[in-house]
Amino acid sequence: MTYLSVRRGQAGYPPLLAELHDPPSRLHLRGGPPELLARSSVAIVGARSCSPYGAQVARELAQSLAAAGLVVVSGLARGVDAEAHRGALAVGGLTIAVLGCGIDRDYPRAHTELARRIAESGLVVSEYPPGTEPSPWRFPARNRIIAGLARATVVVEARDRSGALITADFALELGREVFATPGEITSALSAGTNDLLRQGATPLLSAEDVLEALGVEPTPQALPAGLSPESLDVLERLSDGARTLDELVRATERDPAGLAATLTELELAGLIAAADGVYRRATGRGPPRVART
Amino acid sequence: MLARAVTHALVGLEARRVEVEAHLQRGVPAFAIVGLPDKACQEAKERVRSGIASAELEWPLRRITVNLAPAGLRKEGSGYDLPIALAVLAASHQVPPERLAEHAAVGELALDGRVRPVPGVIVAAEAARRAGLVRLLCPHESAPEAALAGIEPVPLKHLAEAGEYLRGRLQPEAVEPAKSAANGGGLDLADVRGQERARRALELAAAGRHNILLAGPPGTGKTMLSRRLPGILPALTLDEALEATRIHSVAGVLAAGRPLVDRPPFRAPHHTASAASIVGGGPGPRPGEVSLAHHGVLLLDEMPEFHRPVLEALRQPLEDGVVSIARAAGQALFPARFVLVGTMNLCPCGARGDPAVECTCSPQKLAAYGAKLSRALVDRFDLVLHIPRPRGHELDARPAEASRFVRARVVPAAERLARKRPRLGADARELLTRAVDTLPLSARGRARVARVAATVAALAAEEEIAAAHVAEALSYRAPRELAA
Repeated sequence: MTYLSVRRGQAGYPPLLAELHDPPSRLHLRGGPPELLARSSVAIVGARSCSPYGAQVARELAQSLAAAGLVVVSGLARGVDAEAHRGALAVGGLTIAVLGCGIDRDYPRAHTELARRIAESGLVVSEYPPGTEPSPWRFPARNRIIAGLARATVVVEARDRSGALITADFALELGREVFATPGEITSALSAGTNDLLRQGATPLLSAEDVLEALGVEPTPQALPAGLSPESLDVLERLSDGARTLDELVRATERDPAGLAATLTELELAGLIAAADGVYRRATGRGPPRVART
Repeated sequence: MLARAVTHALVGLEARRVEVEAHLQRGVPAFAIVGLPDKACQEAKERVRSGIASAELEWPLRRITVNLAPAGLRKEGSGYDLPIALAVLAASHQVPPERLAEHAAVGELALDGRVRPVPGVIVAAEAARRAGLVRLLCPHESAPEAALAGIEPVPLKHLAEAGEYLRGRLQPEAVEPAKSAANGGGLDLADVRGQERARRALELAAAGRHNILLAGPPGTGKTMLSRRLPGILPALTLDEALEATRIHSVAGVLAAGRPLVDRPPFRAPHHTASAASIVGGGPGPRPGEVSLAHHGVLLLDEMPEFHRPVLEALRQPLEDGVVSIARAAGQALFPARFVLVGTMNLCPCGARGDPAVECTCSPQKLAAYGAKLSRALVDRFDLVLHIPRPRGHELDARPAEASRFVRARVVPAAERLARKRPRLGADARELLTRAVDTLPLSARGRARVARVAATVAALAAEEEIAAAHVAEALSYRAPRELAA
């Protein structure tokens, strides 16, 4: 199998990437058209062992950005990276996976199928020639390509000294926009992102923040019409924080059967998401603004 | 001299007629058993000899040959002791041979002549009744079990009693057919505080006989909840009870004294169990845990800890409701219709899903844990739900509804489902189509949701499945990380 590649200085080499102080001399490509590299893109990176919250944010953010026509760039790692790729694919969007090994070496193994799906419409790229085995020292170098390709970088969840912070550093050096999602100050998984915020990264509160910064017209979103009063009530309660169904039963004094039905309807409408038995408001619509009538 | 006694060999859940022939010849005193006896059966020689002596009967000093016919069928176990002893006694005219021939006999002998219970008496009794024999000589403990089969048991405590009875000097005591067996210790849902969602799911599982998977951090009540499922299932009909009793009898796990299994059985094998112990097997195939749970509940606690081949072996009985075990001697069929309850943590360390503790599992370990349950197996669970850790004040909640109130709703719903399943209404169909498009829901997943929705409708006493029923059913679907 032969793969396309673009050399530095050649037409088709992404101009944004050339701004790095040590841009890769060649990029090996697998999958979609090479022109994709020049499209406006956003990097979404973060912890491999992310929390359900991190996974949800990454997925929904990628969905919103991809739906608005942006390319989602990430590193095909487990956790946040994979969720970002999946989110983009879920809405039929485009996504680029940057590897720290050869583009024919799917690493981690479990993402072989994900990589194949990415390559159907998007790109799997690497600066290393096909056949290069993954090794730890290549991954920080891979991160500079992620930061270099994207116009903005979002760090969703990161521990102290996480690899995602390296990506953020590269993006800052390049003068690109860096976003971080605020997390609980008690959670080790948010230590890195909260630290980024202290250093001046833009807090990410909704996908619109990114779209605005890049000057992309956000698609207007409003609560769908025809929500029942019960649904609005549940939505408002979830605006105060994540809840389990049992907690909602006690708060609303409704029966679990009816509540389960309400929650499913809200989930189908894309207004909430469930993970590990905990329901959360969906991101992407900015801070909660439920109008009660 | 030649005499015959009738007994039965167990092949799976069936009993085959076996004639025990005893032949006494002149010659050097000897005792031989032929007709493919296994080790336990071969050892009957010593028990029979001592038993007859202890009963103050005479051991004939002849060359004794006992043949178990048909000679090609393997004879297993110790239930042949009593018929062998009686055949020898009849051949030596210590009991009337023609009277013995009207009876079937089964039982193990102790060295002091007492008669000990053996497995499968109800199955042997049924076969004897079908063959037109009116009485069964059986161990005293097994008599109520034998009476269930509609045959008149002759309860025996000692071999001497058998001699007395056959000589017509003793009337057998009347035996009442067995009544209900004690079951499960009567665990009640009233003990469970909070957990409204899980209680609702259990009710659905009981009414529609849906398999249910409970996932959550340790100590949240997954096991406690599942142990209370049998208590809200409808009681067994007489036919179901007899079927369950047969299986428990053959496996030798009937409770002594109260042998009719008329409450749904509950089985919870340990996760180190072998495939043969779960689905059944062995040389003279024995029913496994899935069959012992027939008409009841099989709990697999900590499901990912079970060996993978064991879990995969469950798929066939889950699909067919019956285990078929092929042996060179023939095929044994064990029914196995049960509600499967699985519990699991969300990660190997158990902390995931618990807001109070941080999970220390590496992404690789997490992925490996999820992969322990195959997609095909997760597909067999109609209801999948997370049991989150309850907050402190939840545990102070007022005592909850007791099992009997829940059962009072389950029973009519189950009857309604059996009579006429609710059909999908137009709104419900539309919602289901929307869900297939929006959620990761396969064709099999769609059918599963429709099945649960029918149960929701039946519990609400509706003829037609409404959109709200489908919406609730959708909330029990397997999450992406388990389904994908």
